[in-house]
Amino acid sequence: MNWFFELLRASIGKKLLMALTGLAFCLFLLIHLIGNLTLYGGKDLFLSYVDHLHALDPIIRVAEIGLLFFAVIHVFTGLLLFWQNLQARPVRYQVNKNAGGRTLGSATMPYTGIFILGFVVVHLLNFHFIDHSQQSVFQAMDTTFSLLPYVIFYTFAVIVVAVHVSHGFWSLFQTLGANHIKYMPAIKGLGVVLSLLVAAGFGFIPVYVSFLM
Amino acid sequence: MISKTINLTLKVWRQGRKEPIGRLETYQAKDISTDMSFLEMLDVVNEDLTKAGKEPIAFDHDCREGICGMCGAVINGRAHGQEKKTTLCQLHMRHFKDGDTIVVEPWRARAFPLVKDLVVDRSALDKIIMAGGYISANAGGAPDANAIPISKEVAENAFNAAACIGCGACVAACPNASAMLFVSAKVSHLALLPQGRPEAARRARAMVQAMDACGFGNCSNETECEAECPKGISIVEIARLNREFFKSEFS
Repeated sequence: MNWFFELLRASIGKKLLMALTGLAFCLFLLIHLIGNLTLYGGKDLFLSYVDHLHALDPIIRVAEIGLLFFAVIHVFTGLLLFWQNLQARPVRYQVNKNAGGRTLGSATMPYTGIFILGFVVVHLLNFHFIDHSQQSVFQAMDTTFSLLPYVIFYTFAVIVVAVHVSHGFWSLFQTLGANHIKYMPAIKGLGVVLSLLVAAGFGFIPVYVSFLM
Repeated sequence: MISKTINLTLKVWRQGRKEPIGRLETYQAKDISTDMSFLEMLDVVNEDLTKAGKEPIAFDHDCREGICGMCGAVINGRAHGQEKKTTLCQLHMRHFKDGDTIVVEPWRARAFPLVKDLVVDRSALDKIIMAGGYISANAGGAPDANAIPISKEVAENAFNAAACIGCGACVAACPNASAMLFVSAKVSHLALLPQGRPEAARRARAMVQAMDACGFGNCSNETECEAECPKGISIVEIARLNREFFKSEFS
């Protein structure tokens, strides 16, 4: 097991943890998005999707525990890296300028990350940790999105998620060592597509539910 | 060639050997020929300072041809200045306008302790090289040319990585003060060639551990390093370093 702890101690080992858990979250986002798109087919289609999903309960439980485990790793490793990186430059520059490498996504990763953690907690409180015998997920959504601040908060939050993904997606391939001049443009393109899908697909749901349904 | 002269205001980081913290001090650089390099401009300012009985600005330099990796400072927030693929000694004053204010700061990283003014101690990079940036073969006499066949593509990739001059601009430009581009260039140029292959796994591991121990930050793929590298080294090398590192850890 020595090699394993040696790997985790190394900077590249921590990056590997961020990349693998990040990849899992990207896949989760995609599945979550595909499921939620049933909402645009109306209430019945959405509720039938929810029923079908919960028919797979044992699998869902395993996935939930897996995601929670990954979230703990992603958040703690991310915070550790953030703290270590601040320590690595005790005296800051008087003039800060980018050479063109940094993007909105890459420059804000720790901050968008912490915000997303808060958003996930609120989101779970609104839809997961509620009495499901009293109300359907659809009713919970209706109640939540009848309040304008929630509509604004949710839409803003998924845009933040999209910004996080815009750096995270291609970055995880780079960390895994999958950078090749032939394929990297395609990976970067996929990252942009995924970000836009997340922002548009999720972001429009609160607006749709509160104003158009 | 018509030479033009410009006047500049410099704000230079001054910090004595025993001072815990320094400050930006303002100097006037008068009648600077636009054909001068940035270092020659500093020479002129230092001559004025010396004549006025003041301590000249300390800065590192050696070949002044852009190949030794000795010089370097952060000019208006950019490592080696705003020009692409340029060391500070090859940054010419024609890129500045008359009346410009230029802020000159040393490389900033915990792993590069400041010695004096713009001079920092980059021996952390030497420690990384000592950990594995070599091949331990008994070389003997010079081998025959092409005795070991290496394809043009591989030779070019290895040479692209070997172009690293170890100036430390990647560390200075990285928002996390990480030395990953430097380490990846050194690991890549040896790992790509047959002579470096036998020790590639041990080398990647040892050099990454040495890098971490020196107090550099962690790479977060900001790609500022590749944008500032005077030799244009790409983050493709970092991906290769990661592969070599995983190979060594998982085998």
